[in-house]
Amino acid sequence: MRKAALAFGAIFAVASVTAAAQATVRVEPTHLDGPRALAEQTEQGAIRDYLESWKTMRAALNQNQPALLNADFVGTAKDKLTQTIHEQAAAGIHTRYTDKAHDLQIVFYSPEGLSIQLQDTVDYEVQVFDHDKSLSIRQVHARYIVVLTPAEVRWRVRVLQADTQ
Amino acid sequence: MSHRRLIPADATSHSRIVGAVHSAILGAMLGAIFAAAQPAPAQSGNLTLPSSIEAGGAFSVTSSGSGKGTLYIVGLGQAIKREVQLGETTVFAAGTLYNAGNYQVILIGDGTDVTESLAVKPAAQPADVSFLAKPSRLPVRLQGGITGAVYVFDAYENLITAPLPVNFDLTGPAGGTQTRTVISRDGAAWAEMNSTDHQGNDKFVARIGNVSSARIIGQVPGDPCGLKMTASPNRGEVKLETAPIRDCSGNAVPDGTVVTFTEAYNGLESTVDVPIKRGIAEVEMPAHSGAVISVASGVVMGNQIRWERQ
Repeated sequence: MRKAALAFGAIFAVASVTAAAQATVRVEPTHLDGPRALAEQTEQGAIRDYLESWKTMRAALNQNQPALLNADFVGTAKDKLTQTIHEQAAAGIHTRYTDKAHDLQIVFYSPEGLSIQLQDTVDYEVQVFDHDKSLSIRQVHARYIVVLTPAEVRWRVRVLQADTQ
Repeated sequence: MSHRRLIPADATSHSRIVGAVHSAILGAMLGAIFAAAQPAPAQSGNLTLPSSIEAGGAFSVTSSGSGKGTLYIVGLGQAIKREVQLGETTVFAAGTLYNAGNYQVILIGDGTDVTESLAVKPAAQPADVSFLAKPSRLPVRLQGGITGAVYVFDAYENLITAPLPVNFDLTGPAGGTQTRTVISRDGAAWAEMNSTDHQGNDKFVARIGNVSSARIIGQVPGDPCGLKMTASPNRGEVKLETAPIRDCSGNAVPDGTVVTFTEAYNGLESTVDVPIKRGIAEVEMPAHSGAVISVASGVVMGNQIRWERQ
């Protein structure tokens, strides 16, 4: 019985990890507010880099390692996440975010080409730990407003904010 | 600030994982097993808190029960942990929770285990505007040549997603002002302006309420307009000299702009590029009777002269 339970647990765990790695992504047709056309390659690059940022954010918040944010975050988003990680570490907390579905739409490409704004309706699970003790697991459905700005070879997240209005 | 009263959920709505785990995979395995196999921990008490606050606003969380507990407020923007006395009200002073977003409020105590949500909204008052203007320099009289885009933030660098009127003002070198008012959408707004007739600096200002940000846009003369030269004999050569070169608005085309003189004679063509000096361009070319001499600058053609022996 115990063996069977462990086997089930292992399968579940693998399924969970796979699901975490492969969140469902739906990209809505771009609905731009602005005069600048968005090339398909730019759109794909921005979305790819944004989704990548969730991976690094998950790892950074789970491991309380702010340095992991460097590749994908900049400015306000990086500052705020870094602060959160420092606060988590000081309190002995860590959080495990598992994004399950993204519904994305690019809504603004600034005229000078230096920022892309997108909205992402995300389904994710967040589990809070105090040291190794799980305190809470919640399923969250939220709309995020995201601003990306170009770096040398990629887009980085400058603003990542849940829409609470 | 509306308050609600919440009864702690049981294990059917909150999975609980008990025990220390040392890896993510093992944690997931044990979590799944324990959540299904163990009864929910005994719970008592409840939690009263606002469903939402404005960023930086003071708020309080009241619990029931007795004894000591730990209150956690955790989100992507902040993480706060407080030791609390159950049955009392914990006050969070203004400026404690200020990063907009969704937070979990978790109370863990002796027999108490409650989780609720708290939304932190951006402050209503703008405090900062991120203003991107382009280009930094452009020719005069260009329709829609200047663009500005803004993102609007509160005092805590939260993007204010509620619609706000954003004024864009472009004041030209001669003093005239173009104004556009745009309602922001999800914190962003943009506008397009025309460069004006006169060379010099434009002041481009984005203003939301009492907050503004300014950029300087340089307007330079446009292409030459009515480019005209005269020819005169000079020691066996022909001296070509333009009239003062101006754009169509009367601005002097800057020194250094290249003017091209072309002489066509007997099937041959010679070309000389000359920079404008002190407002005009001049050059000496061979005086071939019957030569056709033309002047141009960039894509702008000037007049043409047929040179006859003097």
